Amino acid sequence: MRIRLAEVAQARSGDKGDTADISLFAPTDALYQLFCQQVTAERVKAHFGSWCRGRVRRYELPTLRALKFVLEGALGGGAPASLRLDNLGKSLASALLRLEVDVPEELLLGVPRLRYPG
Amino acid sequence: MRRVRIGAGMGFYGDSILPALETLRRGQVQYLAMDHLAELTLAILQKDRQRDPTLGYTRDMGEVMGRLLPEAVPRGVRLITNGGGINPPGAAREVLRVARELGLEGLRVAVVTGDGIGDRLEELEAAGVRFADPERGRTLAEVRDRVLFASVYLGAGPIVRALQMGADVVVTGRTTDTAPFAAPLIHKFGWAPDDWDRLAVGIVAGHLLECSGQATGGNFSGRWWEVEGLDRIGYPIAEVDEGGGLVITKAEGTGGLVTVDTVKEQLLYEIHDPAQYLTPDVTVDLSQVRLQPAGPDRVRVSGIRGRPAPPTLKALVGYEAGWAGEGMMGFSWPDALPKARRAAAILQAQMARLGIEAEEVHVAYLGYDSLHGPTAPEPDPDQVNEVFLRMAIRTQRAEDAARFARLFPPLALSGPPFIGGLGGVSRPRQLLGFLTGLVPRDLIEPHVRVELWEVG
Repeated sequence: MRIRLAEVAQARSGDKGDTADISLFAPTDALYQLFCQQVTAERVKAHFGSWCRGRVRRYELPTLRALKFVLEGALGGGAPASLRLDNLGKSLASALLRLEVDVPEELLLGVPRLRYPG
Repeated sequence: MRRVRIGAGMGFYGDSILPALETLRRGQVQYLAMDHLAELTLAILQKDRQRDPTLGYTRDMGEVMGRLLPEAVPRGVRLITNGGGINPPGAAREVLRVARELGLEGLRVAVVTGDGIGDRLEELEAAGVRFADPERGRTLAEVRDRVLFASVYLGAGPIVRALQMGADVVVTGRTTDTAPFAAPLIHKFGWAPDDWDRLAVGIVAGHLLECSGQATGGNFSGRWWEVEGLDRIGYPIAEVDEGGGLVITKAEGTGGLVTVDTVKEQLLYEIHDPAQYLTPDVTVDLSQVRLQPAGPDRVRVSGIRGRPAPPTLKALVGYEAGWAGEGMMGFSWPDALPKARRAAAILQAQMARLGIEAEEVHVAYLGYDSLHGPTAPEPDPDQVNEVFLRMAIRTQRAEDAARFARLFPPLALSGPPFIGGLGGVSRPRQLLGFLTGLVPRDLIEPHVRVELWEVG
């Protein structure tokens, strides 16, 4: 099935100059492997479109089941030079969580959904 | 085995003081450290000092110390702050003044200077240092007459010296975010300057504490609705033993949450390559790091490795980079988004007609794409109850920024219908750019001074 990352993954983002720094966390080893295959630097670069002018690098951190994305030229010039409301890039992690991945249903068994109960 | 507990004070200039007071009262800490200096903070402080040469430090220093010292001193807790900004001696004088008022005779305040390089840029360039903005290809020569401040990020060394001299309070200018937290560990345990693995533990402890509530349930992207007591959140405490064991926790009875899931988000925050987190004290390698639960609101961090520190220190030069002019107004259902778009087009046409020149025009629709930009999908028009148009321009002329902002109010009567939320006309906001440089240590470290002053 196809799900948005927001269904199962944690993420946090911040800034350094004009570079955005986004961490993405998978809840299980199997989903981490799946993220490694499907959430590539190229896909992330395409996802952010005109908001990321530079290259995107990805780092893998299996002990935390985490992927780190470093997006150059992604903050509209850097916090004190940016015209954006989110000049610190704190919300960019949630924008990443919009990405969809194809997941075999058995990999989602027992994985808690990150959905506000309302 | 010897053990130290360090508490996190404020995480930025303007953060709440209350969690730090709870940490002092109930956290059983020996040190309380705080990082006040984001990249843009020094620019704010520089503007203060242009108005008044005795300023240039975080202006709440007196108030903060007035609250912290009465709780810290009787318990023997030592305080470390980099809120000295671009005027650490001025900040230290303020601490002395407050301490005297509180009757704390004999209190020793250390001042660290030498991070400011505003008056040394020529000398450093002549010695081969290059200051540039690699992303925009800008050099120091181009911005020379617009430089606001220049400083080098110092590591833990001078703070360790201050603690060895017996300081009860240490006031510094620009340091790395982590140095104020790592220094007490190096001081207390006598870790050698090349004990890379343990130094790395100190830096990671600092990294987990420097953003205050972000390690204890704040900004938590997991099941955030299950985090209780954010109204009285406890800021993180690092419990470190001399062998390099590290546990993150918080004061008993405070709100918030310390779990593997809350801590891991902060562990990787803003560090870029996790195998190569560069600091002046050590190059930290988190590629083998592990987090384990260690009781209620306790998380153990292990597997931290360190490698030799880089031979250079990072410098940051802030300069004036033009002006932003901006405005905002709201449109209601029906067709809120098309109406906001029409208003944006009207403003763009008026800009062209009036000759308002902009290097960049930023258009955002609050309620739709102001935070997510191009990743936000176009909403179903009938489901949009209201949208706020916000437009901002970047220009070299403050006057054009002001003229742009004045275009908004007339739209209340002469634009698309059903509007609200048109505030006042916002004043031009100065924008800042940064150059960075790598400065060999031997050009900086001989200039670093640590002085000890005593409340008399």
